[in-house]
Amino acid sequence: MTRRQRNHWLDLALHGAGLGATLLGLGVLAALLFDIFSDGFGRISWDFLTSFPSRRAENAGIYAALLGTLWVITLTAMLAVPVGIGAAIYLEEYGGRGRWSRIVEINIANLAGVPSVIYGLLGLGLFVRTLALGRSVIAGAATLALLALPVVILSSREALRAVSPALREASYALGATKWQTIWHQVLPVALPGILTGMILALSRTMGETAPLITIGALTYVPFAPDGIWSPFTVLPIQVFNWVSRPQEAFLANAAAGIIVLLALLLVMNGFAAWLRDRYQH
Amino acid sequence: MSRRRRDFVERVVEWALRACAGVSILVTLGIVSVLAVETFQFFREVSPSEFLFGTVWTPLFFQKSFGVLPLVAGTLLVSAIAMAVAVPAGLLTAVYLSEYAPATVRRVVKPVLEVLAGVPTVVYGYFALLFVTPLLQQVLPGLSGFNALSPGLVMGIMILPMVSSLSEDALHGVPRGLREAAYALGATKMQTTTRVVLPAALSGISAAGILAASRAIGETMIVTIAAGQQPRLTANPLVPVETMTAYIVQVSLGDTPAGTLAYRTIFAVGMLLFVSTFMLNLASNWLRERFREEYA
Repeated sequence: MTRRQRNHWLDLALHGAGLGATLLGLGVLAALLFDIFSDGFGRISWDFLTSFPSRRAENAGIYAALLGTLWVITLTAMLAVPVGIGAAIYLEEYGGRGRWSRIVEINIANLAGVPSVIYGLLGLGLFVRTLALGRSVIAGAATLALLALPVVILSSREALRAVSPALREASYALGATKWQTIWHQVLPVALPGILTGMILALSRTMGETAPLITIGALTYVPFAPDGIWSPFTVLPIQVFNWVSRPQEAFLANAAAGIIVLLALLLVMNGFAAWLRDRYQH
Repeated sequence: MSRRRRDFVERVVEWALRACAGVSILVTLGIVSVLAVETFQFFREVSPSEFLFGTVWTPLFFQKSFGVLPLVAGTLLVSAIAMAVAVPAGLLTAVYLSEYAPATVRRVVKPVLEVLAGVPTVVYGYFALLFVTPLLQQVLPGLSGFNALSPGLVMGIMILPMVSSLSEDALHGVPRGLREAAYALGATKMQTTTRVVLPAALSGISAAGILAASRAIGETMIVTIAAGQQPRLTANPLVPVETMTAYIVQVSLGDTPAGTLAYRTIFAVGMLLFVSTFMLNLASNWLRERFREEYA
């Protein structure tokens, strides 16, 4: 084999290996979805969505977990979104190159890399014990809000950065103040981008299990939350609880719970993608 | 609006926004102080050297022993397996998408790979325990139902998109001129990639690898579900082990009363986890900054 032929073959080999590695990721995703749908699709029914957990697998449902997830994620959004957008506006519009902004920026980058279970320990020490909120919906939401905060800030900043500087300058030229410019010009334009980021951050947070287990969220909850002080469980914890049982029937429930969770995430991500396409030209 | 009122609004708003940015600092201080206070209490009863170098971990037993090394070994074993999957596969994916694939393939494949990173970890746990482990058991009859191998492999797939997208950014950051110079000298695509582009992107790629390691060490649900809960000082991937993260979950699920020594162990383990991931994140950021400076 000549040197030229060898080089040609090596080139093909790298191309093939790269294609193979890419297909590995895609193949595993396909296998995962297939496995979960074939295990759990048969369990999906109206009863499954509207029943409380039960000792008997065939009677058990995800009603309490589904409502718990909705409660927690709504509260999380109410806590994390305003603070996150505020911080993003400060860093992007006011911060400049000052020392304080630099420290905050490094800090946010580091927070984004802290394992989620550590946020659970923070929530346990701070919200559950020190502030004595107990193992309630509000303690869980506050914990997840802190976890979501870095992502919310980073994505809002990106949306703000995408707004053309010309718009700001035109507003200043007409005599508007800084805040008037931000409120009336920059934010409306950045809003779709910010919303997209929020939805993606919240969908990521919705799948979190470890921090809520760590603050002591219950795994068996035969009632729906009736307020922010109520004990609660969420879908991922319900799935975890069923996965840890040996009986085959509970494993089918776990798979069915996963299907519902993935469907919720798909709706949220689909909506975010639609928003992005609708407003980004 | 009068001018004075307007100025007042401006000042209040800026102040409020600054406070929002300050919340993120408070979160870090909160994490550090919660972990530090409980860890300090823990070290008043157990010496740091016993904790860090002890080889038996039985804080929940009657015969208590607080050597964290078995948990560290479990964490490192699973993470090493995950890295062995994620780094080569992620890098090859990045090379393929950045150097070989047609633009249409890239546009379709990238978002689909991102889906892998968005799947909740509890789902991967289910997949590892009920699909991958039984599959592996057909090839490796000695594999226990709980083991380090299966969650390690699955975790590798989970962090693959992160490695590939960060590596791809690094490959994109290499100036076109370098590639063109190599082609002009008669190099093939493969030679250009392996001898010019990859070395030039090395610091960016290392940053991706280190971030992946940090993610693997901190991953919780896959290992809790599929690796077992038996702290064991071993490098054998076929037997049950327990990671630091899985231990924290195990204690949180039981009813260990607050203020007891067993309760404090989760904060001491958490501190060790926080410090190790923090160092890795810092190193990764530093490498990425350096890469950016090289080609800015």
